[in-house]
Amino acid sequence: MYQVGIDIGSSAAKAAVISEGEVIKTILLDTGFSSRKVADTIYATLEAEGITKENAKYVATGYGRISVPYADDVITEITCHGKGSYFLFGENGTIIDIGGQDTKGISLKNGRVMKFIMNDKCSAGTGKFLEVMTNRLGLTPQELSALARKGKEITISSMCTVFAESEVISLIGKETPREDIAFGVIESVVNKVVSLLAQVPNDQYFLTGGLCEDIYIVERLAKALNAPVKTTPLARFAGAIGAAIAC
Amino acid sequence: METLALPKSFDEFVDARKAGFLKVKEYVENGGHLVGMFCSYTPLELFDAAGVSVVGLCGTSNEPIADAEKVLPKNLCPLIKSSYGFAYTEKCPYTYFCDFIVGETTCDGKKKMFELLNDIKETYVLHLPQSQKRDYAKEIWYQEIKLLKEYMEERYGIEITDEKLREAARKRNELRKTQMELYALQGAVPPAMKATEVMSTLAQGMFNFGVDAQHASYKAKVDAAKEALAGGAKPVDEKAKRILLTGCPSTGVIQKVGMTIENNGGVIVCLDDCGGERTQKMLVDENADDILRAISDRYLEIHCSVMTTNEGRIANTREMCQKYKVDGVVEMVLQACHTFNVESTLMQNMCDDEGIPYMKLETDYSTTDSGQIETRLAAFIEML
Ligand code: SF4
Ligand code: SF4
Repeated sequence: MYQVGIDIGSSAAKAAVISEGEVIKTILLDTGFSSRKVADTIYATLEAEGITKENAKYVATGYGRISVPYADDVITEITCHGKGSYFLFGENGTIIDIGGQDTKGISLKNGRVMKFIMNDKCSAGTGKFLEVMTNRLGLTPQELSALARKGKEITISSMCTVFAESEVISLIGKETPREDIAFGVIESVVNKVVSLLAQVPNDQYFLTGGLCEDIYIVERLAKALNAPVKTTPLARFAGAIGAAIAC
Repeated sequence: METLALPKSFDEFVDARKAGFLKVKEYVENGGHLVGMFCSYTPLELFDAAGVSVVGLCGTSNEPIADAEKVLPKNLCPLIKSSYGFAYTEKCPYTYFCDFIVGETTCDGKKKMFELLNDIKETYVLHLPQSQKRDYAKEIWYQEIKLLKEYMEERYGIEITDEKLREAARKRNELRKTQMELYALQGAVPPAMKATEVMSTLAQGMFNFGVDAQHASYKAKVDAAKEALAGGAKPVDEKAKRILLTGCPSTGVIQKVGMTIENNGGVIVCLDDCGGERTQKMLVDENADDILRAISDRYLEIHCSVMTTNEGRIANTREMCQKYKVDGVVEMVLQACHTFNVESTLMQNMCDDEGIPYMKLETDYSTTDSGQIETRLAAFIEML
């Protein structure tokens, strides 16, 4: 029996297949316009490999979780990130999930979610903020981090993505080096995330979601939190893995 | 019979609203008197004794808020904006046809809103002390209630006798007891009905003319639930997580918070806002020598975050958590409600102390955050 977890986020859709306690396959797609469509694509991809309703159970999570018609169950991404992170890290700590439209802090003890927080109706400190700024600077996310490492202290003071974007535009206008702007952009996200995490403090943190392979961001978070931040490439799939475990 | 004018935009109203207006218009044209009120501290017995219907005008809908914001600041509690908005847009028949409105000096936003409301509809503001603690607090409140009584006697050319007050207190107490029965059914193991049903019954009951009709509507709900129970009905999944909903008045978020809890594996077993058990279990001493004082004392006892200090609310919630075997506490704070928002720290501390998971939601009457609220509530319930 396969256990399939499907995590439809606002920008990326992830799937993870677990068999006999091992993650044997992952899928990563753009969510695009339709959660329903991407859910169907995931089903078809797995079906081509012999994973079907006949031999698998499916649990859906993420903001598009209700758009997965073949799901046997639906669970929120908070519970799934908790289960997935416990599977990946096996320790107590606080999960930092920087998602496309929201950022969450989830404190985990003995594999159970003890408390969680989410940013309110605002995109500061989320993947969206980074995406907007990266586009504005004409960079890829990797380039942004690589540049930021060489940048000097500048502060982007606006929390609001729209105002921060104007601020970045005016910095570009003033011919501020791109390295410095990149530094400021990432610091802005890190600071916002850290202030959110103040409500779920811990001895160590786990970064899940799309930024988990960005070593620079991991370093900055660890510095600002003054605590270790662990991650692994699979942590991008933490939600999907958690959903698969819940099957 | 006098004929009353309808609002300017009456013709544009939907049928249900038109019907509401015509019903209230008829009541008033036939000599019925109506007073609007906003808060649990309003001494209802006074109106009953005067033979006047008293109706809660707390705004619970997002609809008139955009219009209210033409006058009031955006950054204000939605309950205040909605209440004012209904008066401003002439969309609530009770606000429109009532003789006058009684307000109290509770939170700053409401208190100052009343000054503006008074330009639309006469608003009589009771001066509520900021605390029950001082020796003279009871006396202040008694004097306030007495002033209101005299005002009504003068206005309506009547005498509000002790007998009438005593009779009113008796009836209100009976109503409170029925309401307590409703809460007991809701909080039973497993619950005999969904809290969202109770919330709707209570909200609608407020719009009856007179205490008897209101009592009858609650009684009908209690009887129906008991009968269904006897017939073996199990309206709530036994595995549903038992939630206590505390914080600001919750009628405006029955859908967004109440339904969402009950559609995601939870059931609200205790409604812990100011209209709930903590207030309704307080009865007026019907046999007191000084009945007016017994009434004023009972109301001043109410625990609300506008009072400083307000340990009674937290102590009561602790008791409710034990009594109703609560699995988790959800605190709903309406945006820009400072008193409940600040006090939420004390509520959280109490929950930590009791080992009961706690979550605070700050929200308003709009639907912009419904998705996020659903995720947070569902995750909270999964966590329990
Ligand atoms: S919450 Fe407090 S101020 Fe508001 S209606 Fe209730 S008792 Fe009155
Ligand atoms: S909910 Fe808070 S801010 Fe709103 S009217 Fe009541 S006490 Fe005032």
